[in-house]
Amino acid sequence: MSLPGHTKCRTEYIRPKTALLRKIRGSRSRALPDRALVNCQYSSATFSTGERKRRPHGDRKSCEMGLQLRQTFEAAILTQLHPRSQIDIYVQPLRGVVSLQVLQADGGTYAACVNAATLAVLDAGIPMRDFVCACSAGFVDGTALADLSHVEEAAGGPQLALALLPASGQIALLEMDARLHEDHLEWVLEAAAQAARDVHTLLDRVVRQHVHEASILLGD
Amino acid sequence: MAMEMRLPAARKPLSEVLARDTKKHLVVPGDTITTDTGFMRGHGTYMGEEKLIASVAGSVERVNKLICVWSFLLSSRYNGEVGDIVVGRITEVQQKRWKVDTNSRLDSVLLLSSMNLPGGELRRRSAEDELAMRGFLQEGDLISAEVQAVFSDGAVSLHTRSLKYGKLGQGVLVQVSPSLVKRQKTHFHDLPCGASVILGNNGFVWIYPTPEHKDEDAGGFIPDLEPVSLTDREVISRLRNCVVSLVTQRMMLYDTSILYCYEASLPHQIKDILKPEVMEEIVLETRQRLLEQEG
Repeated sequence: MSLPGHTKCRTEYIRPKTALLRKIRGSRSRALPDRALVNCQYSSATFSTGERKRRPHGDRKSCEMGLQLRQTFEAAILTQLHPRSQIDIYVQPLRGVVSLQVLQADGGTYAACVNAATLAVLDAGIPMRDFVCACSAGFVDGTALADLSHVEEAAGGPQLALALLPASGQIALLEMDARLHEDHLEWVLEAAAQAARDVHTLLDRVVRQHVHEASILLGD
Repeated sequence: MAMEMRLPAARKPLSEVLARDTKKHLVVPGDTITTDTGFMRGHGTYMGEEKLIASVAGSVERVNKLICVWSFLLSSRYNGEVGDIVVGRITEVQQKRWKVDTNSRLDSVLLLSSMNLPGGELRRRSAEDELAMRGFLQEGDLISAEVQAVFSDGAVSLHTRSLKYGKLGQGVLVQVSPSLVKRQKTHFHDLPCGASVILGNNGFVWIYPTPEHKDEDAGGFIPDLEPVSLTDREVISRLRNCVVSLVTQRMMLYDTSILYCYEASLPHQIKDILKPEVMEEIVLETRQRLLEQEG
């Protein structure tokens, strides 16, 4: 799926070999007796950023992103229903650079990953509390901006990433690593929340259409 | 060699083609199903703030006081039931059992004691049998088996205690969604067009050339490695493409539907069957014939 801008994400899920939900192999000591373990891996394709990256796995940004995704989805997935199992979510953003002068508007990696992963988990039939819709927001020149592009991110202002459970309005993850005056926080948060709700409308419509079609074909 | 290339095109929603609509209550995660607290909650729902909320995407089923959400998307995984025929692939060889991949959430288990010994002997499995396990079935082999029991976590235990089950030899495997395989009395069919098919309940369909003689002594272990003739290969390829086209158009798979589809595809070349327009035409014809046959 692609968000406004050109960040595209591909999420891997159900396939007989790389099962999304499967029994824990290997280190069984990690298995939780009453819940499922959620494991998220973020790996960027070598052509995804401005310079070609040789090591797409294991670097700090990937690990951190994986951890954030894991926290987000642990809050959303009903893990009590699948004890001693592991849920793997592999996300790989695909982002091409068109030319060297004009960088594509392609910020908001975390948001794209979360939205794509929500669809993947839904498609796998894993019970979730609600959709998880995410969006980034920032504050530039006294205005709160939602869904920052790469240029806006690079400008150096504060950036906030928000993952929302739209039906209940609960926040799954809120992350910011810059300094922002607390008076502005409310505006930025509201902008991000509104954008996340817009994403939710879109995802909701697509999923309903898909379920509608599936029910016609199978449900008779 | 001429090649044909197509640009990706948006698929026409099949609901238009079929001109049907659903009367069910469809939900997505986060939707409130009901605020009436008198109902018992089943699968696919959870209780939140005095409301019953859906946790999967699907249709709401109500049986008296029980409300559950049946997920269409979940049916892409096989849930074992006792007595089902499955086709599976060996993934691991462990101490006294094999782990089999059957397109379910957890790998299925085939115990050494549930496996027929060559020659059909009945004896206690010894340590030598354990060491010789790899000689019977290795990683990557395909087997047909029956479900013996289902464990509490949903894992399935298989057995091959009959001569019709065992290792599969030459043929073609097609992996489909388990919900598309119709439950019937028998899943082993010898089609009149010259090939045989095993419709595994787990969605694995195995198409193979009809064996000329049934080998009683082998017990399903020795795969038939004789060369398969060209006509047989063509029949099997055509059947495989027919199965794929039925699945793309979401039709149930059973021996009659596969046979009708095969007959409807005879005017076309085997490789043409995979083209979308030819697929639609063939499946439409199959649908009509099936309706005529029923009505």
